[in-house]
Amino acid sequence: MSGTKTVVRVGIADLNIVHGPDSIRTSGLGSCVGVVLYDEMKKIAGLLHVMLPDSSLGRSDSLNAAKFADTGIYSLMEMLKAEGVRPLSLKAKIAGGSQMFQFGSSDTIRIGPRNVEAVKKELARLSIPIIAEDTGGSSGRTIEFDPMTSVLSIRTVNLGTKEI
Amino acid sequence: MKSDHQITDMHLDVLKEIGNIGAAHAATSLSQLLGRKIDMLVPKVSLVSFDEMFDLAGGAERIVAGIYLRIQGDLSGSMFFVLPIDSANEFIRRLIGDDTFDFHAVPIPDMGISAMQELGNILSGSYLSALSDFTGLKVHPTVPSLSVDMVGAIVSFGLIEVSHYSDEVIVIDTRIEEEGDNGNSSVDGHFFLLPDPESYIPIFRSLGVL
Repeated sequence: MSGTKTVVRVGIADLNIVHGPDSIRTSGLGSCVGVVLYDEMKKIAGLLHVMLPDSSLGRSDSLNAAKFADTGIYSLMEMLKAEGVRPLSLKAKIAGGSQMFQFGSSDTIRIGPRNVEAVKKELARLSIPIIAEDTGGSSGRTIEFDPMTSVLSIRTVNLGTKEI
Repeated sequence: MKSDHQITDMHLDVLKEIGNIGAAHAATSLSQLLGRKIDMLVPKVSLVSFDEMFDLAGGAERIVAGIYLRIQGDLSGSMFFVLPIDSANEFIRRLIGDDTFDFHAVPIPDMGISAMQELGNILSGSYLSALSDFTGLKVHPTVPSLSVDMVGAIVSFGLIEVSHYSDEVIVIDTRIEEEGDNGNSSVDGHFFLLPDPESYIPIFRSLGVL
């Protein structure tokens, strides 16, 4: 492994994994939720940028698993398993799920909280404990996870940066 | 209803045409409001991924003043009016005659929020009335809502509807340019119209390309 640290970027409705000392990042989470699954001992982490709560909401023939909480978390877990991570050693940190605007069509107005609920439900189903979260509110977030320290840093426009 | 019908270049060209008609009306309104010559044009209409959509507005992390509103009626969709903070400050300062106004302030003064929403009302109203005249479709905007935040956080909200159907969105991107004192364009604003996928068919049918 080279000595230089790189930051792996994850787009919207996208997922990826990273080995320390590299870190992983996603930008501009609004109603979307960033889900980090990590193995503290192996220093491996995965990040998922969830857009919608449930894959049953999908109305297209092709499924982008990373778009939905249920299929996305499952896919991320499978990717980590392929790297030799045992599901039982996985932990989670989550951030996002804001309500950016006060109106919209009735389905979309509460999409942030619904995404958070769906993420928690799926993590509970897979018995992955949530170690920390920063969800809700009305601010956008950019998050970056460092597998070496298991710290998730969260940047917002008006509330500065915090670490969980 | 089949929502994943083929969208061709011809469809995108027709949307560009109505985009330009809407933009011309909106630019006239904006010029009158600000007492300056404002140009608006549709460089292109494209089918882009969600991440590319953010890039059009300056990247997911860029901080902007974003006005969001929904379109309702014979067709539905989302509209965004996205301005870099500095440009938004300049617009609003001129509009309310207060040089100290700043969107960086927390909380943002109500006067500026109202003025920005009014700007959104006027722009979307003139844009949509042109679109309505041209297509014969009855459309009306909701009350606009303002957020000063990251592009990704703001614009993704308008992609939720589309995301049920697809991982791509038709974007009618309208650039806003202002002729500065030395003749240069100084505003890098964007006005986005994102029709909901179930509205693609009514739009194309009304324009005789389906």
